[in-house]
Amino acid sequence: MVIRYFAWLRDHTGCAHETIQCPQEVTTISQLIRYLSDTSEGHKAAFAHEGVIKVAINHEFASLGDSISPDDEVAFFPPVTGG
Amino acid sequence: MASVTITITEDDIDPSFEVAQLKDQAVGAISLFFGTVRDTDGDLTALHLEHYEGMTQKQISAIADEASRKWSLNGIRIIHRVGRLLPQDMIVMVAASSAHRADSLEAVHYIMDYLKTDAPFWKAEETSQGLSWVDARITDETAKQKWQKS
Repeated sequence: MVIRYFAWLRDHTGCAHETIQCPQEVTTISQLIRYLSDTSEGHKAAFAHEGVIKVAINHEFASLGDSISPDDEVAFFPPVTGG
Repeated sequence: MASVTITITEDDIDPSFEVAQLKDQAVGAISLFFGTVRDTDGDLTALHLEHYEGMTQKQISAIADEASRKWSLNGIRIIHRVGRLLPQDMIVMVAASSAHRADSLEAVHYIMDYLKTDAPFWKAEETSQGLSWVDARITDETAKQKWQKS
């Protein structure tokens, strides 16, 4: 599974993207956040404010309860500020 | 359906060229919006814009398609710049053409409101203090919601 981080989430994780092998019991975005948070202090800091973080699965906005599968690309980012 | 062109670029925007692309025998109105780099406190060195390549095009396409369903439009042209921009530089252009002005004026307003909340771009301000990410504004979400009521 490919995970991407943007803006200040990337500043915390220290990487723009990473490829991970998700444990089988991790099946939703919420569970993925908990799993990733435990991988480093930076990841923990990135996900500390879970309530404001937006998520996309395969380039479409998604919710915390949405299911994920091994071939997905999951992106985490702050609320957008373009325009 | 309107002809839709979406460009994500580091290059500056050429308004004359964009207007020329929208001219057509059937067109009686061309509406344009430009967003520029604001320096409210006078200490902005530059604005850095990044986006999520792959998702950006998809999201903006969906917004443009919805606008062309809601209004009678001939063309839509959207340009969003990325990279390092200076105060007063153009950041974004939304342009639409139609037979009559109401369609293109409202469509441009609609596209901008949705672009603000649905297109994955992020801004960081460069000042003498360093780089800081810009927070999203709640008013942008409110601006979008007014279209959902109408």
